[in-house]
Amino acid sequence: MNAALDLLAAIPYDQILIQTVNGIVTGMILALVASGLTLIFGIMDVVNFAHGELFMLGAYIGVVVLAATGSFWLALVVATLVVALLGAALQIVTLRPLLGRDPLTTILATFGISLVLQNYALWQFGPVARKIQEPFTGGFQLFYLEYPWYRLLIAGLSAVIIGAFWLFLKYGTWGIWIRATTQDRAMAQAMGIPVPWVHTGVFAIGAGMAAASGVLFGPLVGVNHAMGLDWVLKAFIVVVVGGMGNLGGSIAAAIFISLLEAYASIWVSPAQAVIVSFVVLILTLLVRPTGLFVPTPK
Amino acid sequence: MKQRSRKTYWIGFCVVVALLAVAPLVLPEFWRRFLTEILIWGLLAMSSDLLIGYTGMISFGHSAFFGLGMYGAAAALLTVSPPNLWLAIGYGLIAAAGVALFVAYFSTRLRDIYFAITTLIFSQIFYVIIFTWTEVTGGENGLTFRRPALSIPWIYASPFTNETLHWFVLAVVTASYLILRRITQSPFGMVLQSIRENEGRTRAIGYPVERYKVVAVMLSGVFAGLAGVLYALQNRFAAPDFVYFLVSGETVIFNVMGGIGTLVGPLVGAGFFLLLREAFSRFFTEYYLIPVGIIFIAMVIFMPRGLVGFARNWLNR
Repeated sequence: MNAALDLLAAIPYDQILIQTVNGIVTGMILALVASGLTLIFGIMDVVNFAHGELFMLGAYIGVVVLAATGSFWLALVVATLVVALLGAALQIVTLRPLLGRDPLTTILATFGISLVLQNYALWQFGPVARKIQEPFTGGFQLFYLEYPWYRLLIAGLSAVIIGAFWLFLKYGTWGIWIRATTQDRAMAQAMGIPVPWVHTGVFAIGAGMAAASGVLFGPLVGVNHAMGLDWVLKAFIVVVVGGMGNLGGSIAAAIFISLLEAYASIWVSPAQAVIVSFVVLILTLLVRPTGLFVPTPK
Repeated sequence: MKQRSRKTYWIGFCVVVALLAVAPLVLPEFWRRFLTEILIWGLLAMSSDLLIGYTGMISFGHSAFFGLGMYGAAAALLTVSPPNLWLAIGYGLIAAAGVALFVAYFSTRLRDIYFAITTLIFSQIFYVIIFTWTEVTGGENGLTFRRPALSIPWIYASPFTNETLHWFVLAVVTASYLILRRITQSPFGMVLQSIRENEGRTRAIGYPVERYKVVAVMLSGVFAGLAGVLYALQNRFAAPDFVYFLVSGETVIFNVMGGIGTLVGPLVGAGFFLLLREAFSRFFTEYYLIPVGIIFIAMVIFMPRGLVGFARNWLNR
């Protein structure tokens, strides 16, 4: 009895609560990154290895615009638009010629893109991490911590962006085209939907979402050229655990995995906490390779 | 006709090996070292060609096998004294084979991109473990050790010189090439190719596809580990950077540049990539991956069968 009480008392409730908030905040950002990735996969059968680099470039463009204008919100909008345009250009130049070939070749092409973009960023901005100033400071008391409001705002904004995107998919003309293309590419083409441009548009939207999350997340960590790698790996895990091409599943998986990692980092170093998400992935693949958060396929 | 083409093949093979064997005697030190490195990376690329080109599975996890080969060799060289070459190779191969079995068991249940992502994640797991387990692996700094003597048990022993190291690497790579070539032409290799062409039908005929895939990944992992051992011998260190997935990515690049499914192609691709890196490093310093990456993307789009495939088409025209 006493031992059980001791055990209960030994649980660091305050830390767990703090980590829950942290996990949800990171999870929302991750969901924003992963939903672009899963969308691109679901529609184009393209595994976009360069997604993390688009995230990183978004953050860098945010740094540049913020330095020039001083407005965080302007930086967010400009970075999103510029990277979306860049994404469209990349899709037209590299992925469109690969349409209809083995989907595996797109991994190779996007891997090449990621190498180029990453080294371009290193060349252009140097190895020293840059900092994005958050638009406002201040926070509230969470146990022994002064928890910044900004973090909660990021989670909220990510939710708003994902929600708006969902509405767009549901009701917008382009959204309906996108869903039609996902279901049956040939039929969509036959109905007069400009499928190649839908592909370009989807890639641009995914790239823009990655860039937006890059700018939003920038103030929390330094911006450097290698930041994309961690994120693309995490986003892959999320997309597989959530079920490839499944938007809702990706969001649920993003929060689930970020929470697990946050709890794990109470006891081990953050570098080792990553292993938790790896283990989740492996278990998912063994038990339900189609993803944890999708209905059982018949 | 068939007889003649086989004869030309073996003559060509002997000429290339002879040229590579003579090279260290005539080349300056820098290029000799360069050539040895091409052979080692070429072996790594060939090992992954068994999966990419012959079984149709793109592995993004070959850095794990390569790196574990390195660390296995390091373990043997640091714990046993005097350091023994064959023990280093044995340890390296066992480490790589163990990891390969582990990875293969889980990842072969999946196909296509899922396989690629899983192998990538596995290599990152090993990277994180090696990077954070500082007491054993030396963490970020890695391990350094002395090079063992070149020995044939009870017959011959002498320290490696630059030339004998090159010949040793050449001998190992040539032997591995011949073994891999034999594997791909064996009935086993034929089954692998039929898995690539049509997995469902291969299963329907009655082959246990999963078991073939596990063996393929393990064989591939063992040869990748052998490349890791050679690299450790050449450079006298093992470092976590070589477990990082960028090495796997480069391995895939070698394959695609040279031409998958040819065994020779990946070796050519490794040479081509390293030459490009050398050439562009002169102008772009450490940013050489910008032009090399662009060339790589262009090759994926315009030259899907790689340099060797392109040359073959061109010769047959």
